[in-house]
Amino acid sequence: MTTYLIRRSFYALIVMWAVATLVFFMLRAVPGDPLQAILFDVDPGAAEELKQHLGLDQPLYVQYGLWFRNLFQGDLGNSIYGSRIAVSRIISEAFPRTMSLAALSFLVALILALPAGIVSAVRRNSPLDHSLTFAAFVGLSMPDFWLAILLILLFAVNLHWLPAIGYTPFSRGLWPWLSHLILPSIAVGTAFSAIMARMIRSAMLETLKMDYIQVARSKGLVERAVVLKHAFRNALIPVVTVMGIAFALLMAGAVVVENVFAIKGLGRVLIQSILNRDYPVVQGAILVVSAIFVFSNLVVDVLYTVIDPRIRIDN
Amino acid sequence: MARPVTPLSPQVTRDPAEHTPPARKGRLRWLRFLRNDKKAAVGLIILLVLTLAAIFAPLVSPYDPSAMAFDFLESPSLQHPLGTDDLGRDLLSRIIYGARISLFVGVSTVVISMVIGIGLGLLAGYYGGWLDNLIMRYIDLQWAFPNFIIAVYLVAVLGTGLENVIVAISLGFLDDFARITRGMVLSLKEKEFVEAARALGASDARILLNHILPNSLAPIIVQATVSIAYAILAEAGLSFLGLGVKATTPTWGLILSDARSFISRAWWLGVFPGLAIMLSVLSINFLGDTLRDILDVREQHEASS
Repeated sequence: MTTYLIRRSFYALIVMWAVATLVFFMLRAVPGDPLQAILFDVDPGAAEELKQHLGLDQPLYVQYGLWFRNLFQGDLGNSIYGSRIAVSRIISEAFPRTMSLAALSFLVALILALPAGIVSAVRRNSPLDHSLTFAAFVGLSMPDFWLAILLILLFAVNLHWLPAIGYTPFSRGLWPWLSHLILPSIAVGTAFSAIMARMIRSAMLETLKMDYIQVARSKGLVERAVVLKHAFRNALIPVVTVMGIAFALLMAGAVVVENVFAIKGLGRVLIQSILNRDYPVVQGAILVVSAIFVFSNLVVDVLYTVIDPRIRIDN
Repeated sequence: MARPVTPLSPQVTRDPAEHTPPARKGRLRWLRFLRNDKKAAVGLIILLVLTLAAIFAPLVSPYDPSAMAFDFLESPSLQHPLGTDDLGRDLLSRIIYGARISLFVGVSTVVISMVIGIGLGLLAGYYGGWLDNLIMRYIDLQWAFPNFIIAVYLVAVLGTGLENVIVAISLGFLDDFARITRGMVLSLKEKEFVEAARALGASDARILLNHILPNSLAPIIVQATVSIAYAILAEAGLSFLGLGVKATTPTWGLILSDARSFISRAWWLGVFPGLAIMLSVLSINFLGDTLRDILDVREQHEASS
């Protein structure tokens, strides 16, 4: 287990190194040199200073070394716009917003998927199961940003129940924070809940066929106990394996949906900086978003071995 | 990494008991599924209508998609079935022209990633060793990221525009095809018919292309169908974020993006373009699900890598 953990963490580090290297070289290998575009935007006096600041007057391998040295010190450079705010600060401000959104979206997905998945499995091939299947297809096929627009149209524009855009930090109170995140979370969580409901359904159908379920039934347990205590718990194992995917999908969804609701999270920072050609911010945002994926994959792989001991033996 | 499912092609799984029995042999056997499977029939019809509308866009669209008029933000009427936008352009015509880009990007990206992905999968699975290691390490690296995020990263580097969008999206799907193909090669390469071909002196290329590949097609076709749906969603997402094809081209994502400032006054601008995206993706997903049943592709093909 420990060796697996160490090996898996080592692998995660390698992936991060590869991503950081790719980011470094890609932004320098682009035709038209995007860094030149930065220099073009500011006045000539500042251009020289910026060039020195970014280390562009150094040979490539020195730049590469500097890039990693700064990275380890948490220095991601500065935005090229306005007051040249530190990228690390932009990102640390954006981070809690994206995490709040991702966490709430996950909650939304769970609330929708758990009952739907269990009911579809227990009432298999009933009209209810068929309508839930259809709903899952629709949920999967709906672009999250469109769902976001529909939600704004209904709950903000027409009903005035919830704010249409913006974000309020948790420190200003639970409801202001929550009210701004409800619609975005539904927009992000719906597609994932469709996937999760289908996974729970098929996992439940598998476990319901098992001998121990028959034993539980013949012991005289009520069906509710059989389903919830025995079948559901074991059905959760395959579901946990998709948690990493879950998180990746939620993050990808958040990147888009944050832009609809004007929430200045990582996604909005990433997209805005791409549109503004603010390359230091683009680099920082790509690195942090990637780190989140790599880290969540690591956590899920470790979690999986904890839940299912067979993996440990295999490795 | 132990991963039982493809991460970015969420698949609606079915239990084997639900599989429809194989249809009896007959001349139109392949069309029979339409009679039994209503959602496949619906999907096929929607897709046909969309494809024909896209191909014959200049003939079927009532207006020039970029012709402006003084009918700003007009609600749906007989003249403008889906209303007009803030510049008085006919929404239906714009959506019909938008279908061209969405479907073109959807199909072309999947063709590109399928060809490259199959190539990588064949090489990795057949030759094994360091080549397999190299290819699979790269695939693993890509596997850690959602396709859409990869596309966003690439557009950040390459810039916007039709070609870049196609490159950006197609790279994201490589890993799925490479993995599936490799898994199929591994399960087939020790089979008797491959041994027989080898004994007869067939070259590696011949064995791979004439013997192994044709027998690996079923899961690849299913994956391709699902991928087209996701490619269409990805293109719409990129356009919506301003990272898509050029701004003068009406794409579904771009129309929605432009509509954001007006949806409080013009609901149709926020509803119909998204409906077009959803219907096309939904119909492809329906077809994909039916193909999965017909070709009897289960999850284990994809997991066997």
